[in-house]
Amino acid sequence: MSVVQANPGTDSGRSVTLPTRLRSRHLLSIADLSREEIFVILETARVMKEIGTRPIKKVPTLRGKTVVNLFFEPSTRTRTSFEVAEKRLSADSLNVAASTSSLVKGETLTDTARNLEAMAPDMIVVRHGSSGASHLLAGVAGSRIINAGDGMHEHPTQALLDAMTIRERKGSIEGRKVAIVGDLAHSRVLRSNVLLLKALGADVWVCGPATMWPSGMARFGVTATTSVDDAVRDADVVMMLRIQLERMHGHYFPSRREYFRLFGLTRARMDLAKEDAIVMHPGPLNRGVEIASDVADGPNSVILEQVSNGVAVRMAVLYLLAGIDEGTT
Amino acid sequence: MSQRTSNTGRRKLLKGGRVVDPKHGRDSVMDVLVEDGMIARVDADLPIDGAEIVEVPADFVVCPGLIDMHVHLREPGQEHKETVATGSASAAAGGFTGIACMPNTDPVNDHAGITELILRKATEAQVSRVYPIGAVSKGSKGEELAEIGELHSAGCVGISDDGHPVADALMMRRALEYSSMFDMPVINHCEDPSLKGDGSAHEGYYASVLGLRGIPAAAESVMVERDVSLSELTGGRVHIAHMSVRGSLRAVRSGKERDIGVTCEVTPHHLILTDEDLSYDTNYKMNPPLREAADREAMIEGLADGSIDVIATDHAPHHADEKAVEFDKAPFGIIGLETALPLILDRLVHTGRVSMRRLVELLAVNPARILGLEAGGLTVGGMADITILAPNSTTDIDAASFRSLGRNTPFDGWSLQGSVAATIVGGKAVYVNPGLPQAAVFGDGQP
Repeated sequence: MSVVQANPGTDSGRSVTLPTRLRSRHLLSIADLSREEIFVILETARVMKEIGTRPIKKVPTLRGKTVVNLFFEPSTRTRTSFEVAEKRLSADSLNVAASTSSLVKGETLTDTARNLEAMAPDMIVVRHGSSGASHLLAGVAGSRIINAGDGMHEHPTQALLDAMTIRERKGSIEGRKVAIVGDLAHSRVLRSNVLLLKALGADVWVCGPATMWPSGMARFGVTATTSVDDAVRDADVVMMLRIQLERMHGHYFPSRREYFRLFGLTRARMDLAKEDAIVMHPGPLNRGVEIASDVADGPNSVILEQVSNGVAVRMAVLYLLAGIDEGTT
Repeated sequence: MSQRTSNTGRRKLLKGGRVVDPKHGRDSVMDVLVEDGMIARVDADLPIDGAEIVEVPADFVVCPGLIDMHVHLREPGQEHKETVATGSASAAAGGFTGIACMPNTDPVNDHAGITELILRKATEAQVSRVYPIGAVSKGSKGEELAEIGELHSAGCVGISDDGHPVADALMMRRALEYSSMFDMPVINHCEDPSLKGDGSAHEGYYASVLGLRGIPAAAESVMVERDVSLSELTGGRVHIAHMSVRGSLRAVRSGKERDIGVTCEVTPHHLILTDEDLSYDTNYKMNPPLREAADREAMIEGLADGSIDVIATDHAPHHADEKAVEFDKAPFGIIGLETALPLILDRLVHTGRVSMRRLVELLAVNPARILGLEAGGLTVGGMADITILAPNSTTDIDAASFRSLGRNTPFDGWSLQGSVAATIVGGKAVYVNPGLPQAAVFGDGQP
């Protein structure tokens, strides 16, 4: 497979030959990846990104491979991103959405998986509202499972695309102050990012209302604060998490107005960060709730670059999990 | 019933074995004479006097029949999970001569007809005894008191809305006052529903890592504190079901210091596992959830110092299909009848945390006292309900071989030191461990 002639390289400048597959059959959690594997994915993604700049944005790498995008939660960005990644690699994509699936007829996730499995797909990309749903699938399916977000647990490709974006802008992640602000308790983006950023040596700060701190946070190895100013001060990266407005009903915060006043990312707050700090957001945005429009659309924002990198990272993950070189070259 | 009668007509002398019977201050090698299904004599070196001799191996423990006061039998209504017959057979195989079954059947055991049905099924099954627990409120909805007097007459030995906490403080107050007329305890599943929310695991670091919604320790302890206060107010007896956190234990201790009528139980799994053992395996999902190591340690200390009265399994069978789902969608609960004794012997007795005498208090003397049963001791003239333990034999837990219909246990495949050798109900061996050749002296165990 000549498509991926990945450049050797790691964050520390060591030169190694990039493997073309991962140890694990699945990508369920950042916790399952070694530091080296993270670099392999990020370097592979860099090569994949170039394909997206060509006039003909398609390579035959995954020709004949079937990938099912199994989405039990509404998702535009992630599902489309995977679909574009699959098409660029010439895989046959199949989208199954919850509203059209047997799940609405009472079928269990296990049975849905077994039925899909009977059609012998090579990979299943799954988004599900329950933590551990992708683990459950991995236990019953022979296909390779890619976790595209499971409940409040993890969203590994989001963290990988975030890391790719940070490295593009900042060179390396090691020693960088990254502030993650928002609903910490319910965020799978937070969990995956904390694991990945810490594995790459970042100084991770997390900030959110005290009602939205996960229990046992002291053991996550991050600096936690309820002061956005402290979190943002001298940060290299400010990552905002989407706040789910329905959380107001669980007494998590009183109003959008107060949330924005206490935790919203404004120009004034960004002035506390490093001058060249970047602003990130996994989307979709709640403008005027967690982030002011002039910040979201401002010069420091890399929100749309995250989206572009999402395709590249997902191409890399699909390619590496497919284990294409194994016995075929 | 005919077979039970014919077998109990004989005189049997259980000769040798360590008799542990704290109710009568016995703990030494003794013989037990069983006659017509009753205990005729208990003493050292009893004369044979024409009785059939059963030579009990010297390292076996002969104790009063053990009682599990917190079991879910699922009949009527959910017979695919468990029936009275399979549940009581499971109890026998676990060394329990008696079990108290919770009222959260479908329909709820909130009137005498259901109680009578359960008792009739238990009689037909001819294995371990079944003591029904009636509902506190009609339909366990927490709105109106059930007809507790009639439930008592029908054979209920306590009342509980188990699974549903008695959330309303006034309802709890009235239940305690009313049940005191029948000297029955109110067994409460203490958990503040609003604090529990839709949590599925103990609120702490491990739930956070797995992205599981938490059930805080305080969801339990706030209601235990309330119930201790209400017991003090009313003089009614409250029994705290499956206590799991140290805050609850503090409340119970403070109540006992003031001679308030509060008692409590803890499950084997809360004494052995912690939230660190959690994964997405739904056999680790139960309510209350597995707590922190410090809570487990506190529970073990509470057992030893007498603050905790009872070990009960909260045996909660579910069908495999119901558990083979996402963690947050799976029902709470694991089975416990056939794993309890090996776990307790291996993890608590052999480690020196709990003595054999204390084990018998926790599993026989105290549950019988709390439920007002004529059991819990090898009483001359009383029913010959006897459990024989083989503390030094190995048990390899094999869920597929359980007599329970449930397979939902996190302990499948565990190898433990300590076995049940035989379970004797009314003088008849209703279970004899087929994997233990020395136990064959007790018969074939086929009721």
